Amino acid sequence: MDLRFLGGFKLTFEHLGRRRVTREYPDEKMPKQPRQHGRHVLNRYEDGMEKCIGCELCAGVCPADCIYVRGLDNPPDHPVSPGERYGYVYEINYLRCIHCDLCVEACPTEAITETKLFEFSFTNRFDAIYTRDELLVGDDGRPKKLPWEDWREGDDLHTSGWMRATSPSGAAAFEGVVQWSGELGYGVRAPEGGQSGRRDDAATGMLPLREVMEAHLLPDDIPFEHRGMRGKVFRARASMDKKRRKLVAARTRRAGLKAAR
Amino acid sequence: MNPLASFATDPLFFHGVHWVELLIVVIKVLVAFVVLLVSVMLMIWFERKVISDMQSRIGPNRAGPYGLFQTLADGIKLFFKEDLVPDQADRFVFKLAPYLALLPALLIFTVVPVGGDLSIAGHHFELQVADPPFGILFVLAMSSISVYGVMLAGWSSGSKYPLLGSVRASAQMISYEAALGLNVVAVVLTARALSTRAIVASQAHAFWDWNLIRLGFVPFFLFLISITAELNRPPFDLVEADSELVGGFNTEYSSIRFALFYLAEFMNTITMSAVVVTLFFGGPDGPIPRFIPTSDIWMPIVWFALKTLVFLFIYVWFRAALPRLRYDQLMDLGWKVLIPMSLGWLLVVAAVIVWGWWGLLVALAEVVLGAGLARAFGVGAARTETEEAF
Repeated sequence: MDLRFLGGFKLTFEHLGRRRVTREYPDEKMPKQPRQHGRHVLNRYEDGMEKCIGCELCAGVCPADCIYVRGLDNPPDHPVSPGERYGYVYEINYLRCIHCDLCVEACPTEAITETKLFEFSFTNRFDAIYTRDELLVGDDGRPKKLPWEDWREGDDLHTSGWMRATSPSGAAAFEGVVQWSGELGYGVRAPEGGQSGRRDDAATGMLPLREVMEAHLLPDDIPFEHRGMRGKVFRARASMDKKRRKLVAARTRRAGLKAAR
Repeated sequence: MNPLASFATDPLFFHGVHWVELLIVVIKVLVAFVVLLVSVMLMIWFERKVISDMQSRIGPNRAGPYGLFQTLADGIKLFFKEDLVPDQADRFVFKLAPYLALLPALLIFTVVPVGGDLSIAGHHFELQVADPPFGILFVLAMSSISVYGVMLAGWSSGSKYPLLGSVRASAQMISYEAALGLNVVAVVLTARALSTRAIVASQAHAFWDWNLIRLGFVPFFLFLISITAELNRPPFDLVEADSELVGGFNTEYSSIRFALFYLAEFMNTITMSAVVVTLFFGGPDGPIPRFIPTSDIWMPIVWFALKTLVFLFIYVWFRAALPRLRYDQLMDLGWKVLIPMSLGWLLVVAAVIVWGWWGLLVALAEVVLGAGLARAFGVGAARTETEEAF
């Protein structure tokens, strides 16, 4: 008689004393991934013009059929978007949306992007349909925080096309090249460091996203070279590089000044 | 002595039946009912907690301290759900079935002795709702009736999955009831009584007098396995088999009727654990050599509750550790292993009781006969195979 099934009893009994894997969600929230797919925003240019040109590509590509767009010719005296047309009606039904981000990929003007917000709920089916007014960013260039939404710290900061374009999985040849338009409240954002670590923190106004988020990532998601002792060495070396570059820049500037004198 | 005494061995009735006795009986029934319902509530909570611990989860922890009131919340929710009766259903039987499942579960508990004797205001009575002289037969009868609840529920639903579930249920429960009964007979032979209290009293001198040890462990394990099958608990939960039969016999049930099935299942688990404790572990008797009436009131009840709790834990452990049996494996186990083993062990027990240690010769004869039978079957099978090959 095969008695190996007794191993099941041993295993389940051992599990009684093990650490629990459950997170008690409303009390204890997991950090979000840097590029989490959440509710959409409609972006604007620096001058406040809407980026959406009413082309309906997003609606066409949507596999869940949740986007409804109607374009309208821009009024000549006060155009809404720099293009020929603008998104006159823009509705997303969040009871259908699967947050696949295909609309974001399809958009030719980076008008529609996604925030990291996913904690919003309704008591009415009609409330699940977000209109253009609700999706459009506010005058400060940040997504509108609607009363039934539960925004967390920093969720509304990096929500534009920049987020998509600086994705570290992009082609190496385009690393550090600005391929996105400016946006209201932020201007043209500088590129993120990317895989080779070149970065301009002064211009982006932040440390590279991945390193900022690292503190919140699950241990498995932190890149190997950033873990433990190796991570410390990596960060020390990076800061030394930065100091050396600053030093070199200052020396050349001084040398230039001397030469001019 | 009162003529009633021949029907009920409870000393309460020795001096005739007056309204005081009736009142005591009613109170006993009410207390047992409430205790059983509350313990079912706690059992469901316990099962969910323990099984989630065994799977490194947390389990219910929202309703009340440690999620204790989760079952209550679920019950209230179920109560207010829409009560559906399928179009194709046999309406009367469909509505009757949940009660047929619940009632035996309640009734079995009445014959389980939960403690020693108690005296209140000159009335001496047993801590047991009823103590009929045929106690253990009553348990068997009721557990058979609960098959009807499951079977009729599936049959009357007018739907294929419940029907399949109930066909499985009737086959499974009937075949395991044979093994169950044979092991009970072994207990009855040593106790020389059918009354549950007498069975407890017969093993009440010391823990080595428990039927577990006295009968040589085997009947206990066979009984435990067949009772698990009788309860339709994992790994024998083919009746419900979520992954094969949607929900099994109760697929079409909703609202309070579904809750009744759920209640019955867990109540059966508790009562059957109590029956195992009664039959094989000396019931309310502690492990220290000690007879019930000499001990105080509370300790026997505590011992009884503790022992029952161990079995409840074991049932949850079964569920966490063992995968469900396939239908043919279930039938093989029932007919080819459990029944022959129970029968053989019963013969040995009977022989030892009658002839003393000479009775062990029966065991030897069984081994020889069994080997011969196995050989015969082997030859037969080999021959059929060769014939089929041509």
